[in-house]
Amino acid sequence: MSLDRSDVERIAHLARLAIDENDIPEYTTNLSSILNLVDEMQQIDTQGIEPLAHPLDSVQRLRADEITELNQRDKLQAVAPQVEEGLFLVPKVIE
Amino acid sequence: MFEKSLTELAQDLSSGNLSSIELTQAYIDRIAALDPQFNSFITQTPEIALAQAKAADEARASGNAGLFTGLPIAHKDLFCTEGVRTSCGSRMLDNFQSPYDATIVARFKQAGAVMLGKTNMDEFAMGSSNENSFYGAARNPWDLDRVPGGSSGGSAAAVAARLTPAATGSDTGGSIRQPAALCGITGIKPTYGRVSRYGMVAYASSLDQGGPMARTAEDCALMLNVMAGLDPMDSTSADQAVPNYSATLNTRIDGLKIGVPKEFMSEDLDPAIADSIQQAIKVLEQAGAVIKEVSLPNTRMSIPAYYIIAPAEASSNLSRFDGVRYGYRCDDPKDLEDLYKRTRGEGFGAEVKRRIMVGTYALCHGYYDAYYKKAQQIRRLIQQDFARLFEEVDLILGPTTPHPAFKIGEKSNDPVAMYMEDIFTLSLNLAGLPGMSVPCGMVNGLPVGMQLIGNYFDEARLLNVAHQYQQMTDWHKQKPATV
Repeated sequence: MSLDRSDVERIAHLARLAIDENDIPEYTTNLSSILNLVDEMQQIDTQGIEPLAHPLDSVQRLRADEITELNQRDKLQAVAPQVEEGLFLVPKVIE
Repeated sequence: MFEKSLTELAQDLSSGNLSSIELTQAYIDRIAALDPQFNSFITQTPEIALAQAKAADEARASGNAGLFTGLPIAHKDLFCTEGVRTSCGSRMLDNFQSPYDATIVARFKQAGAVMLGKTNMDEFAMGSSNENSFYGAARNPWDLDRVPGGSSGGSAAAVAARLTPAATGSDTGGSIRQPAALCGITGIKPTYGRVSRYGMVAYASSLDQGGPMARTAEDCALMLNVMAGLDPMDSTSADQAVPNYSATLNTRIDGLKIGVPKEFMSEDLDPAIADSIQQAIKVLEQAGAVIKEVSLPNTRMSIPAYYIIAPAEASSNLSRFDGVRYGYRCDDPKDLEDLYKRTRGEGFGAEVKRRIMVGTYALCHGYYDAYYKKAQQIRRLIQQDFARLFEEVDLILGPTTPHPAFKIGEKSNDPVAMYMEDIFTLSLNLAGLPGMSVPCGMVNGLPVGMQLIGNYFDEARLLNVAHQYQQMTDWHKQKPATV
């Protein structure tokens, strides 16, 4: 599997990553070689094999629906880049 | 003092030969003097350490000391520590002071441990050399031009350099075992779910597992006693009884059936490492173990399967770093998309971006079956291979890494060459099995690690065999010339 510049630009956009124009050739080369490596999987016949998502095939534990968390908004927002009156600030979304 | 193990230091503290303040101050001074050459710490926490040491000495004076009271350790910088920077080796979290403690950090505090600081690591635990750290590569104490391994490279280097008697690590594809092997220390990756992941910054959630790194198996047991166990805050933590890992270290191992996979002793392996492993096998045979050649036919496939599954999970986990709630934010974003893209583009390093992009690609509509589903099917095959072996053997043994520590810069421009170094460690994470690296030789002045692989929740047996091996050998007592 070989990627070209437009593939890398599209993937970077989907991942919301700004990539420096000058770095695109290197990403293209590296990502292509990684995909060549992972393409080795196609040699293995996995017809009918159940995919394994969790090593112990465990399921989510359930708990009683009780309030266990305290409101720690101020403490948790203290590490945010920009907050105002308990709200996280981001650039204007709606004109 | 710096040659003493945690276990020996615990005896000195208990007998009153040493106070935790004296011990802690000695390590603080040593880190300040020597770490500039190793770069094994991202953050040193001397004030916290001394306050904890004082509290530990007071607890002991009032008769409230436990086995871990007053013992110094360091935490890998992906475990959240309240009020202390938790950077994960990334510019993204360079300014992040965690508002809470990871469960294992809290457990060590509860046990009376002293935190010396936070150790260097590959950014977001992605790497096998520690070169992907925003804070620069940690260096291997055995040869400062070589890598300590990764991603828990700072923890391994700090323990090998006697800057701390022990440290925590995390292992997603070998990140405890590989640096332990390359630095000549002992480390164990427990069964998936054995140790809580709460407050451990996520890389690949179905593979990540925290564990101990120390100089001896005995010390790893002491640490795992503190770390292991069910945590209501981690829904994947295992609801399984935790044995006293120290209690079975001296169990005899005669009659123990050990399988050696022929795929691990293959042409990928440095012949000098193969010799060390053969020597280690002879030692275990002398102790009564029965060795059998076995096969793990899908070993090679663990590389492609891992390098789809881990990046796929990472691409999802790391979407939380968006410049809104914590961590780095770019200057003057012009709109929300610009905020996301530049924050992430500037905040993440190259390898993290590569893995996010591989994961994003693998999960794209149209490629999902060819990559992600295929990788999960191979994951099942790998798990089945191990399950078959554990019907006939008690333990699996092989090398931890195909080569000893490589030079800084040697593989950093070739991600695929770097990934190949993980060939013997990845399959355990895919299967969720516990594994351990134990020093078992030296090649050209560099340490070699033997890997022991156990069945699910059989950490006690791994520690037992490693401890018995360490009673008969002194590879774990070797000390780098730089120290």
